[in-house]
This record gives sequence, C-alpha cells and structure tokens, in this order.
Amino acid sequence: MSTASVPSSVAPQSLPKTHYWNATKGWKSWAFTVDHKRIGMMYLISILTAFLLGGTFAILVRLQLVTPGGALGVSHKVYNQLFTLHGVVMVFLFLVPSIPASLGNFFLPMQLGAKDVAFPKLNLFSFYIYLAGAALAIYSMVAGAVDTGWTFYTPYSITASGSVIAMTMSAFILGFSSILTGLNFIVTMHKMRAPGMTWFRMPLLPWALYATSVIQLLATPVLAITLLLLAMEKLLGVGIFDPALGGDPVLYQHFFWFYSHPAVYIMAVPGFGVVSEIIATFTRRAVFGYRFVAISSLAIAIIGFFVWGHHMFVSGQSEFAGMVFSFLSFFVAIPTAVKIFNWTATLYKGSTRLDSPMLYVLAFLIQFTIGGLTGLPLAALATDVHMHDTYYVVAHFHYVMMGGTVFAFIGGLHYWWPKMTGRLYNEKLARLAAVILFVGFNVTFFTQFFLGLRGMPRRYASYLDQYQGLHAFSSIGSWILAVGFVLIAVYLVQSLRKGAISPANPWGASTLEWQTQSPPLTENFPDTPHVTTGPYVYPDEETVPARRVA
Amino acid sequence: MSQSAGIPAGIKRHTVGHHFDNAETEFSAAKLGFWIFLCTEVLMFGGLFVAYTYFRTLMPETFEEAHKTLSIPFGTLNTVVLIGSSFTMAMAIRSAMVNKQKQMMVFLTITLVAAAAFMVIKLGFEWPHKFHDGTLPAYWYTYEGLRDVTAPHLFYGLYFVMTGLHGVHVLIGMGLITWLIVLGKKGRFYSGYYTPLEITGLYWHFVDLVWIFLFPLFYLVG
Repeated sequence: MSTASVPSSVAPQSLPKTHYWNATKGWKSWAFTVDHKRIGMMYLISILTAFLLGGTFAILVRLQLVTPGGALGVSHKVYNQLFTLHGVVMVFLFLVPSIPASLGNFFLPMQLGAKDVAFPKLNLFSFYIYLAGAALAIYSMVAGAVDTGWTFYTPYSITASGSVIAMTMSAFILGFSSILTGLNFIVTMHKMRAPGMTWFRMPLLPWALYATSVIQLLATPVLAITLLLLAMEKLLGVGIFDPALGGDPVLYQHFFWFYSHPAVYIMAVPGFGVVSEIIATFTRRAVFGYRFVAISSLAIAIIGFFVWGHHMFVSGQSEFAGMVFSFLSFFVAIPTAVKIFNWTATLYKGSTRLDSPMLYVLAFLIQFTIGGLTGLPLAALATDVHMHDTYYVVAHFHYVMMGGTVFAFIGGLHYWWPKMTGRLYNEKLARLAAVILFVGFNVTFFTQFFLGLRGMPRRYASYLDQYQGLHAFSSIGSWILAVGFVLIAVYLVQSLRKGAISPANPWGASTLEWQTQSPPLTENFPDTPHVTTGPYVYPDEETVPARRVA
Repeated sequence: MSQSAGIPAGIKRHTVGHHFDNAETEFSAAKLGFWIFLCTEVLMFGGLFVAYTYFRTLMPETFEEAHKTLSIPFGTLNTVVLIGSSFTMAMAIRSAMVNKQKQMMVFLTITLVAAAAFMVIKLGFEWPHKFHDGTLPAYWYTYEGLRDVTAPHLFYGLYFVMTGLHGVHVLIGMGLITWLIVLGKKGRFYSGYYTPLEITGLYWHFVDLVWIFLFPLFYLVG
C-alpha cells in the first residue's frame, strides 16, 4: 500500500527496541491493558488452552471407539459426558471466539490503519467475560459434568442430572463476550478506518469479520434467551419446552438452531477471511473477484439465518416447513461456491509460493470443498432421513469446522506469527506438520463418511463388530493429528526463544499490518497511514486491465 | 460539540480517547455501538415474544381466562410511572446539553425514584398477591380458579419470565442512573460531553418500550 516507507524484507539483527510486548512491564500492564494486540494474545493463549482441552476429550472419545465394546472401558454415561464436553468446549470456548477474538483482535485495527478498536476497555471486558464463562464451564465439568450433547435438547436436558444449569449459563456468559466483540468490530470498521481506507479498499479479513459480527449480534441473543429459558425451566417449571407440562420440545430446537446454524458461519466465515489474505500474499496477486468475495461473506451471513430448519427434518416439524428449509438451504451453497471459485481463479497462473501458511490453505480448499459438497445431501429431505444422526453428519461437520476453520486458523497463526512475535519458526518442521495434519485429518474423518453411510449412528459408546475396521482406522487418524499438533506446539514455543529474527514483512505482503515493524508498536504505526489503493497491490504483478480494485 | 460559552465553573473537561480523531467520532461511535447493542436486546426479547405468540395461538382460552387474574390497576400505574420516567430521562439529557447541571441532577433523581417505584409496585404489591394465590409457574402452581382450561401454568411461566427479565433490566437501569448521578455530582457532564447520559437514555427508552409491549399483551388483550 501507499505508506511512505515500506519496511524492507531484510532480516534485522535484533528485535526493535520498543514494541507492544515490552512497552510496559509487570503483570498489571497485561491484566489491565487496553491494547488490542495484547488482548488478542491473551485470547490466543486461552483459546489454544481450550483447544487442548477439547482435543483431549476427542482423543478419549476416539480411544473408546477402537473396539466394539469400548477400549477405554468407561461407562456409557461417562462416554456421553466425554463427547458432550468435547462439543461444548470446542464450539463455545474454541471455535466461536477462535479467529475473531485472537487474530481478528490483533489484526483488524492494523489492517484498517487504526490505533485500536473503537472501545478498548469493552474489548478487555469481553476477554474477562470469556474467562468467567470458561471458569463456569470448568466448574460444571468438575461438579457433575453434562451428558446431554452440546445441543442440550429438551426434554432430556430438563430432567438430566449433572450440572446442566452451570454449563448452559457458561454458554450464556460466553455469548455476551461474543456479542461485545462483534459490536466492537462493527463500530471499529464504521468509525476507525484510516484516511483513504474506503470500504472496498479494506482487506478481505475485515469483510469476513464484519459478516461474522453481524451474525454474532443477531443470533447470539436468541441462544441467550433459549438457554435462560432452559435454566428457568429446570428451576421454576416454566413449561414451554417440557411436554409433560404442556410445552413443546420442538420449539426448543427451533430456538436453538436459530442461533446454532448461523453460529456455524460465525465459526467458518472468519476462516474465509484468513484464507483470502494468505492466498493473495502467496500468489502475489489481487484476490480474483475481490468484490464478490467481500459481498459473499455478507450473503452467507444473511442467508444463514433462513436455513435453521434443516437440522430438524426428522424432529417432527411440518413437512411443508421441511420443504421450505431444504430449498433455502441450497442457497448457502451459492455464496460459498463464489468464494471457492474465486480463490481457485486467484491460484490459477499465480506465482504461488508453497510456504507453510499456503499449505494449510491448500488443505483448507480441498477439505472445505468436500465438507461443503457433502452438506448438500444433508440439505435434501429424502437423503437426510437416511443419514441423519449418523457418522456421515459427524464427518461433514468436522470437514467444515476442522478441515475448514481449524486449518484456516492454524494457517493464519503461521502467517501472522512473525508479525505477532517478531520471530520466525522452523519452516521445514512447519511444512512437515502441515502434511501430517492433512493426512491425519483425512484418515480420521473421511473414514467416517463410510461409517455413516453404512448406518453407524453417532453418539454411541459401543457398536456392532462390522464397524470395527473403519472405527479403528479413524482412531489411528486421531493419533496422527495429535502428533501434528504436538509438533506445531514444539516448534512455535521454540521459536519464541530461539527463532531467527523476522523482517517486518517476511512474506512480501501488501496489507497494512505488514508495513510496520514486527512486533508492532503499541500505537501500531508511527504515523497514521494514508491509503490510496486497494489492499492487494504487488509491484511485480503482471498488469491485467480492469481487474484491480482501487 | 463546540466549547460553547456558559459552561459553569467546576466542570471537568472531557478528554477524547487517544485512538479517536475527534470528539465527534467518539460520540457517534458510542451511539452506533449502543444502537447495535439494543438490536441484540430486541432479538433476545424477540425470542420470548415468539414463545408467547406460539402458545397464545395454541391455547387461546388459557390466555383469555388467565389474563383476568392480572391486576390492571397496578399494571396501568406502572405504565404511567415508567413513561413518566422516560420523559424525565430525556429532560435530563436536554439539561446537560444546555449546561443546566442542577436541573439535570433533579431530573436524574426523579427518574431513579420512578424506576424504584416501578419495582416497589411490582415486587411489593403486585407479585405477593400472586404468590399468595399460587398463580405461578408449574412447580409452584397451586391456584384453584382455572380448572377448565389447559395448562394455565404456562401463562404464568411466560408472565414471570418476561416481566422478570424486564424487571432485571429496570434494576440494571437503576444502577446506570445512579452511576450518572455520581458522575454528574463530580461535574463531568456539560454541553461538550454527555455520552453516558445519551446512551443510558437510549437504554431507558428501550426498557420503557418493552414494557409498552408487555403491558397490553399480558394485562389487556383478552
């Protein structure tokens, strides 16, 4: 972009003298910080801890499923708790805040050329709400756990023992954190853009975060009231979800999916933003169809609100409602395909560099496409009846959430690591880890499509002998995944201590966050940037008329 | 937001946040943020109103019969109190804008008293009557008078959750108004800075508006 002095890509001898990490010292300077970068780093650490916790539950679930009778030897009740905790931790503590709260918090203001988000204190407050929600979630695990599944379906959740109230209130509190972050981001994008940073000069990560924030703001309050009603149901017997009291459990499902379907876009759309950034940088071209990619994020956000009923085809909603929701669900495929095709078109004849962030993006493109396409049979009424509540759904969901969002998140983590820490990691190990994760992920979850199509239902602690081969194969995949994640943890931690000093712009990226020192100053930029071009402009790019957005 | 003449002595001038270009942007950012927050509130109460509509359609006789047990005089009185407090809230903002700080404090105090009166009428007079009669959600429902309709406890379940959540909002509003009074005493509000007043005002009008929907839906519509 058009900042006056673009930092060179030559590696300096040492870290800059002053940066956001050492500008002030002592634990209080972190606990009471209002710097979006520090808050982003604190979120990152918390979120990765949650990922470790949720991942441990997943490994235990897969361990149980190695043999038909259960290799872990736990009771069915404990197994139910394990997959519930895996789901709750991964969804509410990891996936929903993952990219927006960590990478988004760090890089949204920088990509806009701003000094901070619009409400820095509110930003810190959201982080503490997140911690409070996480603490309550952990309390509920210790105080009796939950075995309802992450969906808390009534009427079982009303009568279930364990700490359903504590767990749902934890999700309620985490929802507030999510709402306030979304609110902060939207106002930041409206009010804090640098001079010359028009809407269509914003990079695609802000666009994706804008769409995400809209969903967070409009969907999360409905989950909040649903979970509050569920708690009241248990405490007072309000009765509206309990058939024994004249209520309707399907109403709960409507409420729940009114949030939780859009919520999968809260989890997925930020990943699209990260992928767009990485593709532009590592192909050295403007993202093909920039405006379409930007607008399609919003289209996903809007259409996503009208498809929730496809989770309830076999729940007793009316046949007519089922047809309408099935029809509408196919529409989500359109903006999603717009993105995939535009990314592929950007790759075509691009000067592609296969560094580790790009490897994750290539894996993302393959896996997310599989995840998206396998969703279409689930949106169709007749095929869904066969595949509902089987491992096919589990595989589809994990292809989108893990093969998509987690790979985008890990890719983004590698992409921005030098900017966040000022140090480079071991690139060879990073590429190796990307390959291990790709293999491990597909071994684990591609297998589950077959399991599901052959009739293996989800959420069972034991199964018929005929499924053992596939189940065991899938479990081996989960161990490969674990090896990959441990490897990443090892070389990233090692880079903090011994990693080579990174230049300000190691990838030759064009967006604003790279046009300042690594790690950045507390104020991000020494002077307010003035923007005169679109986000992805490379000096050595072949000129193709009428393609560039300026 | 010009630094107009007539700002009394003892007023602490507001410093604009370091990350904002100017006070104008800061004020409009706060307002935009709060309007967005109110959207989330609408969605949250929206869920409850959907539940209300659903069960009303499902069992109209229950709602028809049960609503007669609610006290229209108390409901009307509370409506008047709350709408009145919205007026004094708006006047408090106006007073700050024209630098009449004493008047502002009077209006804020009246608003706080009215909010407290609303809660006292509800918790001190209206609800004890219901606890006595047993017109309560299912686990405590003991009322004898509604034997001919299905599931009357559902009506009271919705009534207590919806007016209860509204009551919680009134309590939060009282906290916010108290905070405004404290800041006002310290001389923080003047024509150049009244953002907390403005957004608390927005919140208070919203709370009022929710009640304007709750009152007819539960007390009046037969």
